[in-house]
Amino acid sequence: MNRFDYIRPGTVAEAVSAAAVPGSAYLAAGTNLLDLMKIGVARPERLVDLNYLPGLDAIEALPDGGVRIGARVRNADLAQDPGFRRRFPAVAEALLSGASGQLRNMATVGGNLLQRTRCPYFQDTASACNRRAPGSGCDARGGENRLHAVLGWSEACIATHPSDFCVPLVALGAVVEIAGPAGPREVPLADFHLLPGATPERESVLAPGELVTALRLPAEAAGFAAHARYVKLRERTSYAFAVVSAAAALRIEDGRIAAARLALGGVAAKPWRAEAAEAALVGAAPDAAAFQQAAEIALAEARPSGDNAFKIELARRIARRALRLAAAGTPERLPALPASPFAPLSGGLHG
Amino acid sequence: MAKTHITTSINGEPVEFLCEPNQSLLEVLRNTLGLTGTKEGCGTGDCGACSVTVDGRLVCSCLVLAVEAEGAEIATIEGMAQGETLHPLQRKFLEMAALQCGICTPGVLISARALLEKNPNPTETEVRFGLAGNLCRCTGYDKIVRAVMEAAAEMRETV
Repeated sequence: MNRFDYIRPGTVAEAVSAAAVPGSAYLAAGTNLLDLMKIGVARPERLVDLNYLPGLDAIEALPDGGVRIGARVRNADLAQDPGFRRRFPAVAEALLSGASGQLRNMATVGGNLLQRTRCPYFQDTASACNRRAPGSGCDARGGENRLHAVLGWSEACIATHPSDFCVPLVALGAVVEIAGPAGPREVPLADFHLLPGATPERESVLAPGELVTALRLPAEAAGFAAHARYVKLRERTSYAFAVVSAAAALRIEDGRIAAARLALGGVAAKPWRAEAAEAALVGAAPDAAAFQQAAEIALAEARPSGDNAFKIELARRIARRALRLAAAGTPERLPALPASPFAPLSGGLHG
Repeated sequence: MAKTHITTSINGEPVEFLCEPNQSLLEVLRNTLGLTGTKEGCGTGDCGACSVTVDGRLVCSCLVLAVEAEGAEIATIEGMAQGETLHPLQRKFLEMAALQCGICTPGVLISARALLEKNPNPTETEVRFGLAGNLCRCTGYDKIVRAVMEAAAEMRETV
């Protein structure tokens, strides 16, 4: 690791002020900062440690029925919170499908949003990567790219965002609360991450020095609790990033879909909400034909960025499967191996 | 760069050390304090060989800065046996040959203990899910999983 100055602020205001100095980075768990520092991809001159800030570690029920999750809440603690997992089961399922026990114990909610891509060319400082070194080119374009993006990619960058957590969050309309030198603001999660375009080095709307302080889920997100799933396809049954994943949530009234949410993971540089597919589901019966049509619409714009055309059909199937599982009902108990199509589920949920 | 003075507790004993901001907890445990039972595998949080608990929470010590140990209670493999008496997990690993080269073993044991503290009666699937963050390149995991199940059964009987 490079040498750096280490600053331990006592308040959010002190943290924001400390991080306003160019070359600063915020340190939360460090599960996706210290690893990148060790391989030379990140080289901050100052680390502003958030681990001693008060007031960012609560899971707070809001009077209107929503929930606010402090940015320092650990993934494992959120997934295991009984009230949270009952009301937002697809979010808990996504959290438990990510990383390992050790990393879930460490990783924070705020840091999860700001995860960097796992593109191997981004992680290798000897390779060309416009995201890491703007203007240097993209070795992924002609390289090993079977796991890269099929939606929203550009000639400059075909990387994907690796988060599981963000997929149900974006489906459920989460809002990001931000503190910064210019004061607090909030941004819908759907608008938080940026597609690469010509500037893949800009990964989110955060301005220098801005800090994610909390995430909010609106009350209506809990209205999907009875029919909400996250399904993740990966190259081994646990402890791997998604090849593709889908979060599906339905509200079913009188045998018809009254409201639908669908988002895809592993397909783009951001968690991908499929609003046109959601709209097509409303009013339909929750059956195979409706789910097939929704999946077609969700991937209508998809195109391969390399040797990854298979991901388009895979994403359609995972979207259909997530919708079918959501329609069948949220299980009483999360599966021991959550969110895997290969998990040994009882009760016919395999569909 | 000035070194930082850290006061912490390791395996129940008070410990003080000096460290640089860019030293990991793993580095200090092994190189400064001589607690070499905790291993370094990947150094980037993937393999779990460096697993310890900090305030009861299982973490990868390679991704914890040593300065974060201030005021914490750390538990490493050196604190697992009570004197000459091995922890049931350690004993079962020996009896059932659940190790070959041994590099992953301290991390697996710390991880398995953390799992059984939360879930004393895990299914085999739950053991495999709980230990997913500990990579072993020798055994193929079956013996490890069986040893954890056996140790769990024995620990349930003796409680």
